[in-house]
Amino acid sequence: MAPPQPKAAAKPAAAPAGGVKKTKVGRPRNYDLGNGVVRFSKTKMFHKKAKYKFVGKKNPKAEKPKKPTVVVKQIGGEKNGGTRTVLLRRRRSFYPTQDKIRQRPHHKTFSKHVRRIRPNLTPGAVCILLAGRHAGKRVVLVGVLPSGLLLVTGPFAFNACPLRRIPQRFVIGTSTKIDLGDFKLPAHLDDAYFKKNKKSVKRSVKRKQGEDIFVTKKEKYVPSEQRKTDQKLVDEAVIKAIGKRADKKTLRGYLRAAFGLRSSQYPHRLRF
Amino acid sequence: MPFARYVEPGRVALVADGALKGKLVSVVDVIDQTRALVDGPGSGVQRQQIRLNQLHLTKFRLKYPFTAPTRVVRKAWTDAKLNEKWAESQWAQKLANKEKRAQMTDYDRFKLSSARVKRNRARTAVFKSLKVKAARAGTFGKKKVPKTPAKKPRTKKPATKKPAKK
Repeated sequence: MAPPQPKAAAKPAAAPAGGVKKTKVGRPRNYDLGNGVVRFSKTKMFHKKAKYKFVGKKNPKAEKPKKPTVVVKQIGGEKNGGTRTVLLRRRRSFYPTQDKIRQRPHHKTFSKHVRRIRPNLTPGAVCILLAGRHAGKRVVLVGVLPSGLLLVTGPFAFNACPLRRIPQRFVIGTSTKIDLGDFKLPAHLDDAYFKKNKKSVKRSVKRKQGEDIFVTKKEKYVPSEQRKTDQKLVDEAVIKAIGKRADKKTLRGYLRAAFGLRSSQYPHRLRF
Repeated sequence: MPFARYVEPGRVALVADGALKGKLVSVVDVIDQTRALVDGPGSGVQRQQIRLNQLHLTKFRLKYPFTAPTRVVRKAWTDAKLNEKWAESQWAQKLANKEKRAQMTDYDRFKLSSARVKRNRARTAVFKSLKVKAARAGTFGKKKVPKTPAKKPRTKKPATKKPAKK
């Protein structure tokens, strides 16, 4: 009979969906941080799981009836005891002589770290540089690179600070924001682009190249054409955004002026 | 000089320290040498005891008998228009200015300093021209005066454009 069968099948399926609550699926709260380190220590988990509630308590386990692992079989024949105990499951056929080499959890390399940028450091924010040769200048934040470094620009015409990377530690973010609109950083402005081309200046290398090892030549940094065009492109957008503001004149002066502290001014008491 | 302000019933004080810092209270009763019972129905302060070294006495005094209940204090407070009078006082205005200064952002500080530069330039220019005039008239300085008039001041506006925040 075809019709009654599906009905019977549907009934038990519908019941759990409607009235019966879902069974909670437990997931461990602890997790691996890498390098074989877990987020919460044994003690912490002891508290988290409230295991102290169960210390000293005995909860007698209902003993499960043991499943037989062997079966006694009758066998025919003479002079053989008449029975044999036979394992229900076969023994393993392979026993390793050596422990397996386990793969250790990966080292989290620096490049994989999660970058957390202070929330006030958004593109368009005016920042005060605290370190480096441009320390004290007020610059505009253009973006954040995957390495976690901030990308800032003077703009160059204002305070001679070029497109430059700087760690957020060395920056004070101010509340002044320039609306950059839908300006997007060119994709090629990445960390590799700003990486300095360090040439070896070891003496042995110099000797091999036949240079005079005693002459210390100072190489002057000359920005490439590519850098110049990129600088122009980014600065243009920033300057344009500044020009749209009502207080553009003061803002320009602001970016031109250097930051400094006077007497009885303490940076931790100031608002920026 | 004798003291002019006493810890006495009705005396209005500014709380200088603690959780109620910056609020006005009125003394209702003096508990002992170090503490007083205060109430601040007009400033959102519950009736409570407070240490006297947390109070800065103001020149205001409300009129009510000591240990007056809060409703009496409230009436005296509103009748005396204490909140308005306090806001007008120099003390309160100084406090307000201090707060304003503390709230200034980096950009605000820059704007203030550039405004001051402007003002000072204008002031110096005017002062110098007055000085030259006085010297010519012989009422100031030595008689040696160059024939050529003093340089024109560099600023555009003559004087007295004070920034709002000062």
